[in-house]
Amino acid sequence: MSRQAILLGLLLAAFVVAPAFAGPYLLSVMVVVMYFAYVGQAWNIMMGFAGQLSLGHTIYVGLGAYTAAALFVHFGIPAIFGLFAAAAVAVAAGSIIGALGFRFGVKGVYFALLTIAFAEFTRILFEHFTALGGTGGLFLPVGSRDSFDLIHLRGHPLMFYYLILAMCVGIFLLCRKLLNSRLGYTWLAVREDQDAAAALGINVFRAKLTAVMLSAGLTALGGVFFAFYYNNLFPNQAFGMNRSIEIILAPIVGGLGTLFGPILGALILTPLGEGITAATEAMGFKAAGIKQLCYGLSLLAIVKFLPEGVWPWLRLRLGLGDGEEGE
Amino acid sequence: MTIDLANQIITGLLTGLVYSLMALGLSVIFGVVRVVNFAHGEMTALAMYAAWGLATYLDLDPLLGLPLIAALLFCLGYGLQRGLIDSFISKPEHMQFILLVSMAIIMVNGSLLGFGPDAHGVQVSYGFDTYEIGPLLVDKVRLLAAAASLAVSLLMMLFFQKTMTGKAIRACADNLVGARVIGLDVKRLYAVTFGIGSACVGAAGALLSMLIDVMPPTGPELTLLAFIIVIVGGLGSMGGALLGGMLIGVSEVLAGYFLMPSMKGMFSFAILILVLILRPQGLLGARK
Repeated sequence: MSRQAILLGLLLAAFVVAPAFAGPYLLSVMVVVMYFAYVGQAWNIMMGFAGQLSLGHTIYVGLGAYTAAALFVHFGIPAIFGLFAAAAVAVAAGSIIGALGFRFGVKGVYFALLTIAFAEFTRILFEHFTALGGTGGLFLPVGSRDSFDLIHLRGHPLMFYYLILAMCVGIFLLCRKLLNSRLGYTWLAVREDQDAAAALGINVFRAKLTAVMLSAGLTALGGVFFAFYYNNLFPNQAFGMNRSIEIILAPIVGGLGTLFGPILGALILTPLGEGITAATEAMGFKAAGIKQLCYGLSLLAIVKFLPEGVWPWLRLRLGLGDGEEGE
Repeated sequence: MTIDLANQIITGLLTGLVYSLMALGLSVIFGVVRVVNFAHGEMTALAMYAAWGLATYLDLDPLLGLPLIAALLFCLGYGLQRGLIDSFISKPEHMQFILLVSMAIIMVNGSLLGFGPDAHGVQVSYGFDTYEIGPLLVDKVRLLAAAASLAVSLLMMLFFQKTMTGKAIRACADNLVGARVIGLDVKRLYAVTFGIGSACVGAAGALLSMLIDVMPPTGPELTLLAFIIVIVGGLGSMGGALLGGMLIGVSEVLAGYFLMPSMKGMFSFAILILVLILRPQGLLGARK
């Protein structure tokens, strides 16, 4: 077993036993960490593996969340079925955006702006979608918090904790498998040099589209979790530009295109935000904005001094070599 | 009904011209430095706060404060490019994005700390004056702001066409290697370009402060607006920015007139999506 696998095993073990020691606040922070590790991993498939920059990725979170929540609220369909619909809607949206962008040669910055445009368009659309609550929001009925009802995704916070942990493990294993698959190598080829990949006979359009669809579907599952965990949805929060930024920060800060990057990024950023809140409160600053200001400054420092991400830097320091994980 | 509609369209065109000036700054920066300024609207919002401060505490009309604010923003842009952004020029787009987004976060929350969450707007003494042109009514403030925007835009174009520095900057945009070969100080020229783009933002912010209120979330909204305008017009094309601004200005008022004002953004984004798909280089952009 490689040292990397041992490190991951220890981290996983820590998360599995944590509920025995941690209080409700710490657990809720850990849920947020894992949520961002999960969606970051899903985004990483599109950007880190296939090299397609999506800056409006929250559209898939929002579509997934709204689809599953609406099916539950209006038709009583349990989450376990709703999630298929959620993934399907997001995959459809992803293939529309991807097909339009890739077919018409919208590349680089322009593609990134196209994804923002679609997300913002959808946000304003949902703000006027009164059947789904509009700006007033969509609320999920909260039942008993003591049950462990995985079918309806209703119940105890611990259930959500282990659910998101399982999702993180699942997507990690999936990404590892993908990176070492034919499809994964195709993506890396497209990412590094699209023209050379095409010359080798790779269907570039299909490779990119697969990445978008897979990434969209997996992100939507994160959205389903988000909806049922928080029990409320607002277009501004589900589709807002800020959310898209939050999603992509963890993988970029952690290390783009690496398997461990999104996890490490989430482990750094969420506690950083919480820590800044606690620190500013302890020092007696109550002013709004100070937390985000410090957050922005920290972010600036990270990109300035560790532009490749924290994980590639840390990996060298820990003597884990500079190879890709999963080898 | 038709008169009312005509008035609305004129309002849209005039407001659009001020948007154009802001977007022009983005276009100039991208055209030369090849960095998408994701903090563009936030910088505009800072300029609007500056205009509000000058008007409130020094009783200075934003039209007179404009050169001062433009100069301030020039310094900000020049400094940012020299101190931070320059080292990111050859980095991939997503790194530049994170850098500029963190700058944007700092600006938004800095202004939240400094000015609070309330809306600030400048009310000038001639704020309610209108000109009657035949059956049409034109706001004086809006007309002055649009005229000033056009004047600053023309000044910019003259700068790039006539002065040595302007020509040198265009040379950098045209052929970076060639520009280095003939001994141009590219680093300085990039900083000057970022400064000029920011000065446009300063001027536009000063004018916008008379037309709309500024609060911390105004920044991100204006960033998106500037993107829409330059992409629709053609990123890197100055004429495109002018056309795009007017188009978006008119589409905003029409969406408000025929549907709901809150839906105006959806129209702008729909136009953006259409242009990106049908003509990704923008209406007046050159095919690369």
